[in-house]
Amino acid sequence: MQRARHVVIHLILGLAVPLLLIWSSIPCQARVYIDITAPYLRKIPTAVPFFKEVGAGNKHKEFAETFANLLAETIDFTGFFKILDRGSFLEDPQQSALMQHTINFKNWTDVGAELLIKGGFEYQEDILKVELRLFDTFGGRLIIGKRYTGHLKDHRRMIRRFSNDLIRRLTGHEGIFNTQIAFVSTAAGHKEIFVADFDGYNPKQFTDTGAITLFPAWSSDGRWLAYTDYGRGKPDLYMKNIKERRGTVTSFKGSNITPSWVPGEFSLAASLSHEGNPSLYLLTGKGKIVKRLTHHWGIDVSPAWSPDGKALAFVSNRSGSPQIYIKDMEDGEVRRLTFQGNYNTAPEWSPRGDYIVYTGLVRDNGTNIYIVSTDGGEPIQLTRDADNNESPTWSPDGSLIAFCSTREGVSRIYVMNANGANQRRLLTLQGEQTDPSWSPRLSGY
Amino acid sequence: MTKKFWVGLALVLIIPGLMFATSCAKKKIESEPGVVTIEEEPVTEGVTADDERARRRALEQQRIREERLREQAKARRERAELEEFQNEHIYFEFDKSRLLPESKEILRNKAKWLNAHPDVSVIIEGHCDERGTSEYNMALGDRRAQSAKSYLVDLGIGSRRLMTISYGEERPLDPSHNERAWAKNRRDQFVIE
Repeated sequence: MQRARHVVIHLILGLAVPLLLIWSSIPCQARVYIDITAPYLRKIPTAVPFFKEVGAGNKHKEFAETFANLLAETIDFTGFFKILDRGSFLEDPQQSALMQHTINFKNWTDVGAELLIKGGFEYQEDILKVELRLFDTFGGRLIIGKRYTGHLKDHRRMIRRFSNDLIRRLTGHEGIFNTQIAFVSTAAGHKEIFVADFDGYNPKQFTDTGAITLFPAWSSDGRWLAYTDYGRGKPDLYMKNIKERRGTVTSFKGSNITPSWVPGEFSLAASLSHEGNPSLYLLTGKGKIVKRLTHHWGIDVSPAWSPDGKALAFVSNRSGSPQIYIKDMEDGEVRRLTFQGNYNTAPEWSPRGDYIVYTGLVRDNGTNIYIVSTDGGEPIQLTRDADNNESPTWSPDGSLIAFCSTREGVSRIYVMNANGANQRRLLTLQGEQTDPSWSPRLSGY
Repeated sequence: MTKKFWVGLALVLIIPGLMFATSCAKKKIESEPGVVTIEEEPVTEGVTADDERARRRALEQQRIREERLREQAKARRERAELEEFQNEHIYFEFDKSRLLPESKEILRNKAKWLNAHPDVSVIIEGHCDERGTSEYNMALGDRRAQSAKSYLVDLGIGSRRLMTISYGEERPLDPSHNERAWAKNRRDQFVIE
């Protein structure tokens, strides 16, 4: 089914170009340029020339370049595009037009561009006006046109908003440019939780406990972070409202670890050991136990909810080694998901609910990221020959996976497409960075 | 008259005899120096009374000193035992929380010590090596601490005296990335509260 759809996209993009002329009269929503569910994406060649300064001439040449670069980097982050080298372009952006009917699209199809993003801006008395237009070069057609007005400091938000519109329009899904990634960093000398934008921009320290802080987990509305912290001398569970910086602590005897919020609810699952062995419990957002979820002599840890909240993946060593299990919350049945290798941990459920990504440790093959269908079957290895790779987390559109790796020495955060392609470092900070957790889409962007 | 004669005779006989005796005694004194010490004895006797007090004082001081040494030795031994209690870790196999035979031996010693120190409470820390994920290792460290606690409770140590805490892979003893370091880091540590 997916393959069939994939072939269709190929036809649309590669062979059936003339069809676009006919299609262009069909309402915008009908056309999906990028199928983010396809296992292998063909990157769309896209031209992002320097922006054109309109109005009072050519006074801010640096913005023409930095804005265009930022836009190119932002959409390139998705892995859906091949950003074309500007050296091959046939037009001087400052001399060329922004309007559809005045653009010579052949100049762009000749350099291989299938999509063209043109930008214009005006900057006077700290008022920044930016106009951004996305064109289908073969169709010779405007796909999106937007105008933004604000201050200079808003330029990143403008570009991200346009990028979100662009992704929504090209894929039929919401973008991820209004998301953040929480992670654990020793930049402050010990483990604290930091939060950065999706692309690693603007990392900020979130906790300041002076102790060990681990396992950040976002609530599905993006308003709460739960985490484990040794601030009181032992691993306790904290639920913190991000904006108001208030919250509660759950401090049962033993370990209070690995929180996972129930989608759409102010409650969460976590592993507690106050009754002996680490077992999964359901807690309210204020830290009161609702009920115990697993009953077994072994370790039960790392719960991960399915997107509909009807199933819970978790790690248990009930078979003798850590493996991933799925508990059906409706009939209570537990089934084992992973059978290959004898050390599979840290599951995360894909936003579409079809895959589970996890960390597998195989002797002499290192620690790597794998995905496996929630129905079971052959796992697919996404990282290899790159030292240890751990703690995967999905972007909310399911197209990307962030993880931590020691491939460059100390542990840092990396991002890859969900099929393992385009692995690259997210950010560089002092110390080591581990345990990334991707936020849902956040409001206020 | 005859009475005077007898007295005179007696004197004639006895006095030289006495004189002889005294001269004899004198000779003895000169010939046996040992007697001189006997003559000096009273003097010596005066010194002995003081010396006895000093001797007793010395003995007392000796006793105190020995007592103090014994106490110091005991304190040293106790300190050593305490240090041994705190510094002797038990170790685990990879991904396991079961106690090895040598670990049980160490725990039996710790139980003895805990029995001798009934007012002491202990924090048992469970640790892991860096391999595997920090999440699972946190739970594994919990199990490792719990294994030692259960064994000590079975040996009669009150469970209220034994708190457990897992540090997962967060506090390695050896930060290197090799088998030797990993073996060192998979451990329980015992900390006096």
